[in-house]
This record gives sequence, structure tokens and C-alpha cells, in this order.
Amino acid sequence: MATQAAFMPGTKVETLTFWGTVASWLTTVDHKRIGILYGTSAFIFFLVGGIEALIMRLQLARPDNTLVGAERFNELFTMHGTTMIFLAVMPLSAAFFNYMIPLLIGARDVAFPRLNALSYWIFLSGALLLNSSWLFGMAPDGGWFGYANLTTTQFSPRHTIDFWMLGLQILGISSMLAGFNFLVTIINMRAPGMTLMRMPVFVWMSFVTQFLLVLAFPAITVALILLMFDRFFGTLFYAPAAGGDPLLWQHLFWIFGHPEVYILILPAMGIVSEVLPTFARKPLFGAPVVIYSGIMIGFFGFGVWSHHMFSVGMGPVADAAFSVSTMLIAVPTGVKILNWIGTLWGGSIRFRTPLYFALGFIAMFTMGGLSGVMHASPPVDLQQTDSYFVVAHFHYVLFGGSIFGLFGGIYYWWPKISGKMLDERLGLWHFWLMLLGFNMTFFPQHYLGLIGMPRRIYTYAGDLGWNFWNMVSTIGAFLIAVSLLFFIANVFRSLRSGAVAGNDPWDARTLEWSIPSPPPVYNFARVPQVQDRDDFWLAKHGDGHGGAPRPKAAPVTAAEIAAIHMPPTSYWPIVLAIALTVMVSGLLISTYQIIIGGLATLVLMYKFAMELHRPASGHGH
Amino acid sequence: MADHAVAHAVHDPNIGNTGLDNRKMGMWAFLGSDCMFFGSLIGTYLAYKGKSISGPLPHDVFDIPLTSYSAALLLASSLTMVLALAALQQSRVKAAGGWLFVTAMLGLHFVLNQVYEFTTFVLHHGLKLSTSLFGSSFFVLTGFHGAHVTGGVIWLLILVSLAMRGQLDARDYTKVEITGLYWHFVDIVWVAIFTVIYLIP
Amino acid sequence: MTPRRKRLDWTLVGLLGAALLLTSSCSWVGWNWDTPMSTVIPKSDFGRMTHEIFMLISWWTLGIFIAVEGGLLYVCWRFRDRPGSAIPKQVHGHTALEVSWTIAFAVILLIFAIPTIRVIFKTQEAPAATALRVDVFGKQWWWEFRYPQYKIATANELHLPAGQAAAFFLNAPDVIHSFWMPQLGGKRDVVPHRVNHITLTPDTPGEFPGQCAEYCGMSHANMRFHVIVETQADFDRWVKAQQAPPVEPTDPLAQQGKTVFTQSTCVGCHTITGLSAGQIGPDLTHFASRKRFAGSLMESTPENVAKWIEDPDHMKPGALMPNLGMTGEQSKALAAYLLSLK
Repeated sequence: MATQAAFMPGTKVETLTFWGTVASWLTTVDHKRIGILYGTSAFIFFLVGGIEALIMRLQLARPDNTLVGAERFNELFTMHGTTMIFLAVMPLSAAFFNYMIPLLIGARDVAFPRLNALSYWIFLSGALLLNSSWLFGMAPDGGWFGYANLTTTQFSPRHTIDFWMLGLQILGISSMLAGFNFLVTIINMRAPGMTLMRMPVFVWMSFVTQFLLVLAFPAITVALILLMFDRFFGTLFYAPAAGGDPLLWQHLFWIFGHPEVYILILPAMGIVSEVLPTFARKPLFGAPVVIYSGIMIGFFGFGVWSHHMFSVGMGPVADAAFSVSTMLIAVPTGVKILNWIGTLWGGSIRFRTPLYFALGFIAMFTMGGLSGVMHASPPVDLQQTDSYFVVAHFHYVLFGGSIFGLFGGIYYWWPKISGKMLDERLGLWHFWLMLLGFNMTFFPQHYLGLIGMPRRIYTYAGDLGWNFWNMVSTIGAFLIAVSLLFFIANVFRSLRSGAVAGNDPWDARTLEWSIPSPPPVYNFARVPQVQDRDDFWLAKHGDGHGGAPRPKAAPVTAAEIAAIHMPPTSYWPIVLAIALTVMVSGLLISTYQIIIGGLATLVLMYKFAMELHRPASGHGH
Repeated sequence: MADHAVAHAVHDPNIGNTGLDNRKMGMWAFLGSDCMFFGSLIGTYLAYKGKSISGPLPHDVFDIPLTSYSAALLLASSLTMVLALAALQQSRVKAAGGWLFVTAMLGLHFVLNQVYEFTTFVLHHGLKLSTSLFGSSFFVLTGFHGAHVTGGVIWLLILVSLAMRGQLDARDYTKVEITGLYWHFVDIVWVAIFTVIYLIP
Repeated sequence: MTPRRKRLDWTLVGLLGAALLLTSSCSWVGWNWDTPMSTVIPKSDFGRMTHEIFMLISWWTLGIFIAVEGGLLYVCWRFRDRPGSAIPKQVHGHTALEVSWTIAFAVILLIFAIPTIRVIFKTQEAPAATALRVDVFGKQWWWEFRYPQYKIATANELHLPAGQAAAFFLNAPDVIHSFWMPQLGGKRDVVPHRVNHITLTPDTPGEFPGQCAEYCGMSHANMRFHVIVETQADFDRWVKAQQAPPVEPTDPLAQQGKTVFTQSTCVGCHTITGLSAGQIGPDLTHFASRKRFAGSLMESTPENVAKWIEDPDHMKPGALMPNLGMTGEQSKALAAYLLSLK
């Protein structure tokens, strides 16, 4: 492609016009920019999901309320769950995979930079398709796990389910492509000397997550394909009248769904595993154990899925087997928590915002894990499942866990990404208000579940004893919203006038802190030679045993920098993503659209693949 | 500029620190994922085996000789794929292109056989997607496999076209090897599907 | 840290403490466990077996919670950074500790697992031949209860004799629902294409609500029912009353209502013994014997019943009972008739 601009180091991006800047972002293949794109999009969708939650909480603040009716409420809880999981937490994790993994392993980019960009644009297309349903009055209303046979055309005749189904398929493609990319990146692009056990723990947790992504998503892909065929082509997969079993959906979905929750939590666990050592000024306690625990959780996570199905009548043997396997998984999880506390023990703990969020993670995730252990016992679970008790449980692990951990990552790595510091005071206001608001919202929901309040109900009678704590829960939700205002203010303030961060504001331990903030496009001027997990720390402070300090390396020369070759920008990713979405959404519009979109997709896939095959510039492979 | 060219030639950006090619590793990751995909479809087929409440039964409609012939076609195509790759390694581009073309044609023959089979089922036996659980699960499973083969055929023909235009040579060994990996995978999946659907009573 | 920042942090801590104090003092007011749908004051054998395990796990998790959270707070306080402190000892781990706490967790989980497995099998045993059989049909968005031994069918109001085992056969003619009587025990889904089972023996007479616990469409929140556990004598009386033929209306308005009923499409969906045999909607033969209707959503008053007949969807979003275009007069008459069917 003659218009490719080879992005050589030294190209002054500041001289681009406004549209030039827009174009450079739309065609970027730089993992750092893609990370920022993911992070910004994820945060916006987090706010969207949050607003959906606030409306629900307003409706539930009082019994027999009429703020929103049944139809709208059912759409709200479906979209809230789908948005938070697929459009907020996962892409926020992806933002960190993208930005940080190459830096943490001493690489210059990911294995497949254009595929990386493609993943992002496909994600955004899917997210927009899903949310466009609001505009058409067709917001999905089958719940975020869309149980058949409620989702068949017989009981859901409108296109609501189709928006959900097609949106998820597109998002699934994005996730799987990213999974392939990061698997290869982590295996094949580590700096010399960085053996697997010398990889930072965040990279390890992300590594396990990529395996989960590529192996678990096919199950939901198939479940959704079967649903699509039922809804569009008259197949009978979920048709009880023809012998179809609605439980087929549940099995396929949860074979995906359970690894999915580990996809949601492992990256945050990885972040905590980086933040704690930095602010306690000692290494992660039992790092190999934490790594092996992560691997075990990922592996055994494929063997517990039917603990989401204890009430469907699988029989005592299946119930018992899945109960035992679920309890087993609690062991490595608990071990990790103790290792994190062990990291703090004997440390010299500096309390900064990232650490507060990491501590919040430990505290809240522990609570969520404990209620999870209760769910692992089927007799107990039969009272708790599908009630507000399980709603409390998963919000403690997903919000108290993942979201708190991800905010910890944001505060921790913000200086590296932006070159500026966030304000500590605003950060603490954010943390404390969010912690208070979060507990106020969700702790009472344990109680509400134990006194019989089912989930997914748009209203309730006033004589059941649920009124007071529903109101408290609603107030808590608004407190969370207020806390986010502090965060947003902090971000704007930092970008405009924040203190300069420098390379290593936290006196941290891993490679990304050895380069400027923000990093140059090529990340490392010279590929680092790694001898330890905390290599950077050792280079700064020595090993504490009086060993000789590392000899200082010769300064980097201009010739070395000139020899670095970074991949050029490409517009095929965004165009291909659009064509794919046009094709898929054609199912909702017309067959012609499917055909045209399909042909365009095929042609663009060809162009994408051929872009680097014998190009005129000679930089191809 | 000379320094740059030397540096570039010595360092192949596709080879990582394990000595393996990124693209090959990526293909293996994809194939692992595709295993789970077909596993879920085969699992669905098995879950519904024998559970249809009406419609033709599998052995009422199956033409085992035809499908065995199709299976042989795919197996043969894996052989020709290997031959193509060997030829390319020895820089015999014309031969490589030829073997790739034969592979594609064998794959196309397989797909056409499948189209014939599907048409027979629908028109002759009244077995459609919506007829029964058997119809639904059979067509979806074998149809997605057929789509994978079709994708492979298109990909192979693109390689043939590149070879014919002098744009494929020994430097592209890894790209053709990856094509081979995908093609062999599709073949192995067919062996599994063929056994599960057609051979096991 | 500058002194000003220190003061500000304490302000935050103070605010937090005050808020926690406030909420915990509210808790003495608010944590009432004896509510109509409580799961923690069990009233059946099934409920009690479940509750025992719940309490066992709860005490252990409370202990672990205090230990872990307390440990976390203690560690944060004890090892906080002090000005001028050196880099701490770079400890990498402690194998014996790892092994110990791994084993400890495994043992605690074993303590949960053993009674769990025992209760799973105990509660899923086949019911005794003397158990009362109740066929449950979860339909969008109401509950049908049939007693095959007595040949009666009713809707949304479940009568059970105290002290006798009840064997529920759970059916789902349309989509997945979940049959949940929190005071009596855990829930069991009703799933199309299969019959699920739950067996339990209620202890003592009492009345409490039940509700669908699996999202099943528009009016999932309105799919409620009412459970009446009564003495054997009262139960037998109720059965007899349900087996009796429908009451003949004496009130002129009710008589008019009966005429409207037999002449309109009501007969296609509803059964009134001797008059109609519709199987789609609830059996109305003894409609007035039930205190609530429409999935136990509304009290059975003349006004509510008339409004429901006029516009079901308005009272219950998505209600599958069609709007039959009844005039106000017709609905009042029908209501009067239905409310005469004791």
C-alpha cells in the first residue's frame, strides 16, 4: 500500500493536523495506543453500565415502584450485565494486556500488531451494535446468560435476542483474536534471559487468561450459533416440543461462563500481584506458588461449570461431583490471598492510591470468595441461587475484586502511560467513597437474598421486609457514582496540569519503569537482558546480600535507535472490522446486506493478509 | 542504509526467542480453539443422538460409500499438501503450485460431494434443518466443517495464484506450512466427524 | 506526607467510621430474620438439613473473615512505612507455611463437603409411597397445582398438610421457571422436556409466600404463589371443598356473570367443572376459595377481578390472558360470579 507511512522513530507526531491525528489513531498498530483505545472505550461503557444500574436501583428503592416498567427493567438488567462483563471489565483488562505486556516482557510490540488493532475495532463494532439496540427499541431482554428456551422465537419473537446474540458473536471474535495474539507474544517475544518463571506475575495471570479465552469462547460461540439457527433457520436445538433440551444451552453456556469469570478476575489478581510488592518494597511472597495457583485455577476452572446449575435437577451424583470440584478451586484462591498478605508482612508499606485499591481488592474479594464457598454446597445454594445473595456474591468478586483491582492498575500505571501523576487526595476520595458506596450497595443484598428476595424482579411487594435495605442499597449505588466523579476530575486535572512522573515514580520492580514515561514508540531503545523476575529492582538496589552491583551499560546511541524498525500503520483493521459487522448485522436487515458484507469481508481479509506480502517498500516479511 | 539492510536480514521478526515462528504458533493456538469449537458441535450431536421424535433416521439416509470416498479425497489432499510444501522447500515453485492446485481441487470435490449429499437429503429424504434434532445437528456440524474446507480451498487457490504470478517462493515456506497445518486439522476433524456420525451405529 | 494531608486522611477515616457506625446501628433495627420469605428459619425437614450446613459454613467463614480481614488491617498498621526506614528484607516465600495453609484450607473444605454430600443424597431420595403427590406446572406467569390422588386442580395457592411428606412433580409447559418456597427449603427449577422432583415434610401450620426464581419473561416478578400449611383435618376439609361441584350462584349479578362466562371465549382457556374444560388458564371452579389471583399478585376483591378481566395486560405486563373486550358491566358480572365460586 503506497500510502503506508513507515513510523520511524523520530517522526514528530505533534506536527499532524487534527484529521491527521484522528487518522493516525484509526490506523494505529501500536500496542500502547490500542491499549489506550481499549481503556477509554471500556471506561465509557462502564459508565453506561453504571447508569443502567442506577436506574434499576431507583426502581427498586421502593416496593411497587413505577419508575420503569417490567419491559424496560428486564432490558436494563440484561444490558447491565452484558455491558459490565463484555464491554467494561474485559476490555479494561485488555487495555492492560495491550499496554503493559510488551513492556513487562521487554518487547517492542505484540506478535501481530495489525491483528491487535483488528481485535480492538471488532470489539468496538460489536459494542456499538449491541448498544444500538437501545435506539431501535430492541434492547436485549433475556438476561446476560440468555437461558433457552425463553430466548427462542416462540417466547422472544422480537429482535431483542438477536442484537444480543450477534453482538456477543462479534465480541467473541475480538476476544479470541486477541487471545491468539497474546499467547504468541508471551511465549515468543520475551526479552533474552526472561524464562517463564522470571515473567512478572501480571504477565502470568494474563497468560492463563489467554488460554481461557481461546479455549472457552468456542463453547459460547457454538451455543449462540445453535440459537441463531433456531431463531433464523428453524432448527430444533432448543425446542422441547421436538425433543430439544433447554439444558444444552446451559451446559454450553457455562462451559464458557465459568472460565469467563476467571478471565474476569485473573488480570486483576495479576495487577494486585504487581502493586503490592512495589508499595511494600519487597517481592511477591511465594511468587511461584501464586503462579501455580493461577495455572490451577485456570485449568480446574473448566471442571466446575455445573455449579451454576445446582437447581436444574442434574441428580445427586453430578451435584456432588461439581460441589467437590468447586470447593477444590477455593484452595488455590485462598492460598493466593494469604500470599498477598505475606507480601505486606515485613514490608515497609507506603500508602498510595494504587495500594489502597489493591488492599480493597483483597478485602472485598475475600468476602466474595467466602460467599462463593457457601454457594459451592448445593443444599445451601438451593436457597441462595437466583436470589440477591448470589447477586451480592458476584458483585463482591467482580466489582470488589475485578473493578477495584483494575482501578488499582489505572492509578499504578497512569504515570507510565501519560507521563503525569494523578492527584493523591482526589484518588483517596475516590477510593474511600467507592469502598463505602460499594459496601453499602451490596452488603445488604446478602441479607435480602437470605430473606427470600429473588433476582431479576422489577418490583416487589411491600410487606416482605425488603423495603429498608433496598433503599440503603440504592443510596450506596449513588455514592459509587459520586466517587467516580472524583476519578474523572482527577484524570482531567492530571492530563492538564499533573506533576511530571519521570521514569520510575514508585521505585518499582519491573521493566516498564526503566524506560521513559510515556514510553517512546519503540519501548526499549536496547532490548533488555533479564536475569531475575525483579530485574529492574535488583539493578537499582542490588540483591540485598552484598553482591556486586550490575555494571552500568553503555549509553544508547542514535544509530541503535535508527536501526529500530516499527511496523507501519494500516487501515485494513478498521475497514475489515466494519465489513464484518455489516455482514453480521445483515441478519437483522436483509440477505443482500449479508452477501455484500460477506464478500467485502472476504476481500478485505485477503487484502489484510496480503498487505505484508511482497510490498513495494521492501519492509515486508 | 547498508547497516539497516544487514540488521534486517539477520533478524527475522517472525522468529521468537523459542526459535519458533510466531505465525506457526498463532495457527496452533487457533487450531486449539477450533478443537473446542468442533468438540462442542460434536458433543451436541452426540447429546441428541437417538432423541429425534420424528423424521428419517441416520441410517435411512446415509450413503456410506459416497462419504467414504469423500473421506479418502480429503486424506489424499493431505498428502498432496505435504508434497506441495516439499516442492516449495526445494524451490520448485511450479511443482508446488501444481500440488497446491490438486489439493484445492480435492477439497473442492469433497465440498461438492457434500452439496450433493445435502441436496439428496433435502429433496429425496425430506430431511431438512427443521425436520428433527438429527437434521438440525447433522447439517450444522457437517455444514460448519464444510465451510472450513471451503475456506481452505479459497486460501489454497490464492496461494496457487500467487505462485503463478511469481509471488511465491521458498521464502514463503512458513506461510504454506501454516496452510498445511490448517488443512491437516480440517482433515483430522473430518475423520472424527465421519467416525462419530457415519460409522458408529 | 505533609501535616495538612495527614489531617485530610483522618477526615476521610472519620467519615468512614461514622458511616459504618450509623449503618451498624441501623442494623439492629433492620436485620430481622423472621420475615415472610426468610430462608433461615426453616419450617420443614429439608429446610432444617439445609440450614444446618448453612450455619456450619457461616460460622467457619465468619472466623476466616475475621482472621483474614483482621490480619490484613494488622499488617497494614504494623508494617506501615516510617520516615527513613530502610528497604525491608527481600523475603521470597516460605515453603512450610505454604504447605500448612494449603492443607488447612483443604481440611476446612472437607468439613463442608462431607455433610454437603450426605444431605445432597438424603434430600434427593425417592419419596415414600405414603407421600402426598402434588403436580406443579410453572406457566408464564402463574402456578398450577394438581393433586392427582384427589383429582383436584387449583392455581397459585398450595395447601399442604403439616407433618406429611409432600412429593412435588415439577413440570414446565413453556419455559424454565423455578419453584421456590423459601420458608420450606431450597428451590428446584421446572424445566421443559423433563420432570423434576422435590420432596419435603413441612413441620407446622403456617402461611407464607413462594415465588418463581428463574427469569422467565416479562412478568417474572409477578409469578408468585401462596403456601398454606395446615393440620390434616383442615387439609382434608379443603380437599373436600375443592372436590365439590361449583357453587350455583344465587345473586342476580353473579348469575348474569355465569351467563357471560358460558357465552364467551373464557370457556376455551378455563375449567369450571361441568361448564367448561379449558386447560390453558387456571381452573376457576373454586376461584373464590383463594385469597389472591393472577399469580398471587392481587387480592381477590370485586374491583381487582373486574379490572383484571377488562385489561389483564394493564394489571400484569405481558399477561397471556387476552383482552376480550368486555364492557364494564360484563366484567363486574363476571367478577361477581367468580367471587361466588367458593
